[in-house]
Amino acid sequence: MTYALPAGPRPAPRRQLFISTAMVVVAGTMLMGGMLSVWLRFRAAAPTRPTSDGLRQIKDWLPADLKMPEVVTNVGLLTFLVMCVMVQWAAYAARRGDSKHVVSALGLTLLFGIAILNAQAAIFVQFNVGVASGAYQSMFYAIVGTLTVLIVSGLVFTVASLFKSIGGRAANTDLLNAHALYWYFLAAAYSAVWFVVFVQK
Amino acid sequence: MTTIETHASGTQVRATSSDSAVGAFLVGVGAWATTTDHKRIGRLFIGCALLIAIAAAALGAVVGVERISATGYSLLDKDSVTQIFSLYRVGLSFGVMLPLLLGVAIAVVPLQVGAKTIAFARAAMFGFWMWLAGMGLAVGSTIANGGPGGGNAKMVDLFLLGMGIAVIGALAAAVSVVTTVLTSRAPGMTLLRVPMSSWSALTGGVALVLTLPVLFGTLVYLYVDHRYARVAFGGNKGVSDWMGWSLTQPQTYVYVAMGAGVLAEIAAVVSGKRQVLRPVLLTGIAIVSIASLGGATQVQHAVTWTNTSASDKVKELIPFLIFNGLPLLGVLVVLGVSLLGIAKSKPRLVPAMAPALLGLGMVLTGMVGHLVSLFGPAQLAGTVFEEGEFIYVSYGALLIGLAAVSYWGPKLWGRVLPSSAVLGISGLAFLGTVLAALPMYIAGFANQPANVANNFSYSGPQELWNTASAAGHALVAVSVLLFVLTALRAFTAGEVAGDDPWDAQSLEWSVSSPAPSNNFVSTPSVASAEPLLDIKPAGGQK
Repeated sequence: MTYALPAGPRPAPRRQLFISTAMVVVAGTMLMGGMLSVWLRFRAAAPTRPTSDGLRQIKDWLPADLKMPEVVTNVGLLTFLVMCVMVQWAAYAARRGDSKHVVSALGLTLLFGIAILNAQAAIFVQFNVGVASGAYQSMFYAIVGTLTVLIVSGLVFTVASLFKSIGGRAANTDLLNAHALYWYFLAAAYSAVWFVVFVQK
Repeated sequence: MTTIETHASGTQVRATSSDSAVGAFLVGVGAWATTTDHKRIGRLFIGCALLIAIAAAALGAVVGVERISATGYSLLDKDSVTQIFSLYRVGLSFGVMLPLLLGVAIAVVPLQVGAKTIAFARAAMFGFWMWLAGMGLAVGSTIANGGPGGGNAKMVDLFLLGMGIAVIGALAAAVSVVTTVLTSRAPGMTLLRVPMSSWSALTGGVALVLTLPVLFGTLVYLYVDHRYARVAFGGNKGVSDWMGWSLTQPQTYVYVAMGAGVLAEIAAVVSGKRQVLRPVLLTGIAIVSIASLGGATQVQHAVTWTNTSASDKVKELIPFLIFNGLPLLGVLVVLGVSLLGIAKSKPRLVPAMAPALLGLGMVLTGMVGHLVSLFGPAQLAGTVFEEGEFIYVSYGALLIGLAAVSYWGPKLWGRVLPSSAVLGISGLAFLGTVLAALPMYIAGFANQPANVANNFSYSGPQELWNTASAAGHALVAVSVLLFVLTALRAFTAGEVAGDDPWDAQSLEWSVSSPAPSNNFVSTPSVASAEPLLDIKPAGGQK
């Protein structure tokens, strides 16, 4: 015997994409948080050695010939701050149904995203230390490489959002809110990596 | 955004109209390989997990046989022992516990919450194939002298790559399940009205999302270091040190968490009544997922209690109880409330109740063991006691999976498993679990070392313990094989199931068996936590 339940009203929009993106952001936070924790653990456990003047002991963690491209990393951080404005602009325009502004904001997001990717490439080029040279180096490439993959996936998200918006779905607030959330997460992740890996080293 | 399956019926038409049997077969395989029907994706996960369970239990038996004579090698050689241990652990954790209960959730959750399909069905399908490909790479590379501690560097790299791919796949599937519960519930179904299995899928899924990325990050570090430098993480020997936490307690509780609600769900049907202590049960199920804290921090919070002051003892005790005691409390609550509900009623025969109860009982035994082993004065660290815990938890999860397949089989395949077979096989699997694990508990107190198959001796009948354990693993392997064969026969030519064969309470039993492609013709409306009891005569209470 089949029991027939009364048919319900049409369900309200459930923000499926936003919720799933939130879950992805949680996963990404755990990923970057876990990697930074391991980084901090290795740095704290590094042996000490005397400085060149022999006056004090320092952690034997950084390679002697390390050349961190700090200007590039700082510019990357600032670009992320601008990106946050752009993605919020896209989400705000979507709520107002303003397709021209949505497309403009997403176009600029894509442009700045490519600039950040370029900055990431510049970091690898200017870093000038081989991945096989030691513990610090292999871990540097692993964590910055993972961050770069996350940024590339953000760019793919932006391109997909841009195409959908050009194709007439510019008022899709669920999509653009999810897109904004993902870039906020990337900005936070980059800030954490910037502070721990690029600044504190 | 809702994705609706539109391929299945068309595929069937093409397949039946084709004159070529080979062509029809290929079309069928293609339809399964590209399916976005959550029930098929779930069945793929379940089927593969059960096959891996047979292989993993057989490996456990091989290890047990090898340990019987602790002076030399009989079945294995010195170089392959490490690989066998790795395959056994990885197989039971990532090949059985995780995919079996994830597969059940993918197959059942959309039906339970009144959704036409799973959220992001293609992501779930992608998750299955990623998991399968990753497991294939991990197992293949371990056999070829890779895996943790493997001697072939390229195969160790491949193992790490495979594990990373499998983790991403499992994550994609878990996100699909969690999103479905959070966004696709029928009108009127608040989170407090969600069926117990779906609730445990939600909390267990969130726990997976919290812990698996931490493992993935570790795998990235391990891969880059092992592939290029081999200086930071201890090379091939360091792999098991750094990812070992994902193959032991309390992380294994996270894999079980998705199935923590299965017993509560079936127990309510057995009692035939509404669950009065529903909020308590929901809390109990959610508490099991607190085990994710242990996984995310990658730390075993033990109690040493040697030469310390009273305040130091309390400082050790608090994280010990939070990380290890709370999941145990959660399982106790689920067991207690479920049995209390049955005790206050005239219970009905639902065969799946037996494996569900025995399975959660085994998980509880493993949890108690873990609590004991972390208590420093017991001096059980580094012994096979920990292996006993792992066996209890993993085979307990397997029993819960068998219960879920027995219970929801009618809705997924349209046919019923014979009651006698379910009861007999689950009894056999229970016996196998106890035989495989209990001797390890005893041998642990006698200081039999963990993760070695030879060169140990202690006072006591060590041959007896290891023989019993080997026999237990073999019994579990035979039980699962029997279950698979019985299921193949029953689900293809067995007794046809009615739409509501268990006189159940949740939404999935309101549709035909097997459930149609899009689950519900119209979105159902829900007014209580037991929507079917609302429309059954006398509220379903017979």
